[in-house]
Amino acid sequence: MSAPDKPQFSEARLAEIDALAARYPSRKSALMPVLYMAQQDFGYLSMDTQKMVAEVLGLRLMEVREVVTFYTMFKEQPTGKYLLEVCTNASCMVNGADALYAHMKNTLGIEPGQITEDGLFSINEVECAGACAGAPVVQVNNMYHEKATATDMDALISRIRAGEVI
Amino acid sequence: MLSSDPKKVQRICFANIEVENMNKLEVAKAHGAYAFLPTVLKDFDADKIIDEVKVSGLRGRGGAGFPTGLKWSFVPRNTGKPTYLLCNADEGEPGTFKDRDIMRFDPHLLIEGMIMAGFALGVKDAYIYIRGEFLHEYNVMCAAIDEAYAANLLGDNILGTDFSMNLMMHRGAGAYICGEETALIESLEGKSGRPRFKPPFPAVEGFYGCPTVVNNVETLATVPAILEHGGAWHAAIGRPNNTGCKIFSVSGNVNKPGNYEVPMGTSLKTLVEDYCGGLQHGTVPKVVIPGGSSTPWLTAEHYDVPLTYDDIMKAGSFLGSGAIIILDETADLVAVTRRLAHFYAHESCGQCTPCREGTGWLERVLTRVDAGNGTEADLVVLNDASKHMAGRTICALAEGAAAPILSMLKYFPDEVRAKLAEKSS
Repeated sequence: MSAPDKPQFSEARLAEIDALAARYPSRKSALMPVLYMAQQDFGYLSMDTQKMVAEVLGLRLMEVREVVTFYTMFKEQPTGKYLLEVCTNASCMVNGADALYAHMKNTLGIEPGQITEDGLFSINEVECAGACAGAPVVQVNNMYHEKATATDMDALISRIRAGEVI
Repeated sequence: MLSSDPKKVQRICFANIEVENMNKLEVAKAHGAYAFLPTVLKDFDADKIIDEVKVSGLRGRGGAGFPTGLKWSFVPRNTGKPTYLLCNADEGEPGTFKDRDIMRFDPHLLIEGMIMAGFALGVKDAYIYIRGEFLHEYNVMCAAIDEAYAANLLGDNILGTDFSMNLMMHRGAGAYICGEETALIESLEGKSGRPRFKPPFPAVEGFYGCPTVVNNVETLATVPAILEHGGAWHAAIGRPNNTGCKIFSVSGNVNKPGNYEVPMGTSLKTLVEDYCGGLQHGTVPKVVIPGGSSTPWLTAEHYDVPLTYDDIMKAGSFLGSGAIIILDETADLVAVTRRLAHFYAHESCGQCTPCREGTGWLERVLTRVDAGNGTEADLVVLNDASKHMAGRTICALAEGAAAPILSMLKYFPDEVRAKLAEKSS
C-alpha cells in the first residue's frame, strides 16, 4: 500500500469532484467526501495528499488538517488491507467484547497502530458502532460482523490469509 | 393485549420493516410508499402540513423530544435566503441503532418524509448526514435516492408540480459530537464538528447562515403517516403529550436485543419481557439506561415505568433516543462506567475547558478506581468534577459524561467502595 510521491487525482476523479462540489452551497462542504476519495485512491492521507486536496478545493492546508485530525475515520498513517475495528462500548462490553478484542490481537500478533508483516491486517478498538443488538460488533473495512465470536473471527482471518477477498 | 401478540401492535416507522426488498422503489410503492404524496403536493400547503404535525403531537425522536411542528413553525419565511432541511442520521449515542434499520430496510419512507417536510418548509436542497461507519446504509440510501430521482419524486418539478427539491447523502467520519445539530451543520460545512452557541438557533441561522431545520431519521419517517391519516389519528396513539409510537433499541443483558416499535406508554417491563425475551440473568435489571448512555440510570424500582418522555423524566431520567441499555446482576458497574468515561473523553470536541479537561480527569480517576487503586478522595473528585462540568459548556456532552458517574455514586456507592477495598484489604 504505497502512495506515489506526488499524489494526483485522475481526470475522472477531478470531474467527479467538480460535479459533487456543485451540489453544495460552497465548495468547502465537499471536503469530507473528497478526503474519503483520496483515502480510497491513495490508501491513507499523507501530508502531500492533504496538500493536493487543499489545492483541488481551493482551501488552505490548515482547513484540511483541521478536519483530517478531528475525525477518526480519516487515517494519516497506512493501515493493513483489512482494518478490523472492535467495538468495546457498553453493550458490546457486557457481551464479551474485551475478551474478543484481546483474542484477536493475540491471533494477529499486533497492537493498535501496527500492521501485520504480510500487510493484511490492522486492528483498533472503536466507539459504539450503532449496531448494539449485534453485540459484540466487529467492523471489517466498514462491513459489520455482528454477534462476533473468537471462532468466527479466527475463521475470517484464516480465509483472508489464504487469499480470499472479503 | 400487548403481550399476547407483539406483532399485532400498532407500528408506524416499522410498518413494513419485514417486507423483503422494501428498499426497492417498486416494492415500496406496492406497499403504499409515495401513494399520498401527490395529494400533499396538490392539496396541502405549508400551514396545513405544519398544523397537522402540530396536532399530531410528534416530538423529535433524536433525543431532545422537542415538538416537531413547533420547530418547523420557527422557520422564518420570505427571508430571501434558501431554507435547508438536514436529516440527522449520525446515530452515535451508545445504545442507539434504530435509524440504521429505517435506512437499510425502508429508505423510501425517509425520502418521502423529507419530500413532505421540504415541501412544507420551501426547501430546495436537503441533505442526509449519515455516520461514516454506516457504509452499507449509505449505499442503500444512495440507490433509493437515485430511484426516486428517476421516478421524478426528487429533482425538478416533482410529479409535475411547481415543487423542486434535491436530496443528497453526506457521510460523517467518526465523530459522536456531530449528532449535536449545530456540530452537524459545522461538519456539513466542511469543518470540524464543534457545536455553536445557541441562540441563534438553526431555524433562523443554520447551514451557511441560512434558515435550517435539522430532524432525526425517525421523526421524518413518521411524517408520511401523519399527513395521510391526519394529526388527530397520531395524537390518539400513545399517551397525551407523548403521542404515537417509538422505536426502542434494546441492548445489553437481554436475550433478544433489537429494535422494537411500540406505542408510547408501553411499560419497560413489558418491552423487556414480552419483546426482548427477558434478562440474561435474574428477574429484575440491576441498571436501566433508558435513553442512551448519556441519560441518568434507572434501577429495579423503575421496572414498571411507562415508556414516555414525561414518565421517564418523573423517574429521574430522559427517554432520549429510546436506546435502552439493560445491565443485569452480572455487570461490573465500575468497569462499565469507566468504559463510558473513556468514550466521552475520546469524543469531547475540546472547545470548552470544563468538558475537555473534565472528561479526561473522570476517565483517569475511574481507571484508577476500576484497577483497585482508588481512594475515598477519588470518589469526592468524581462527584465534584461531574457536578462542575454540567451546565458550564456549549453543548450537552459534558452532562452526558457526568450522568453515568453520578448515577453510579447515587445508587451503588457500596459497589464502588468494594473496588477501593480490593487492594488495601
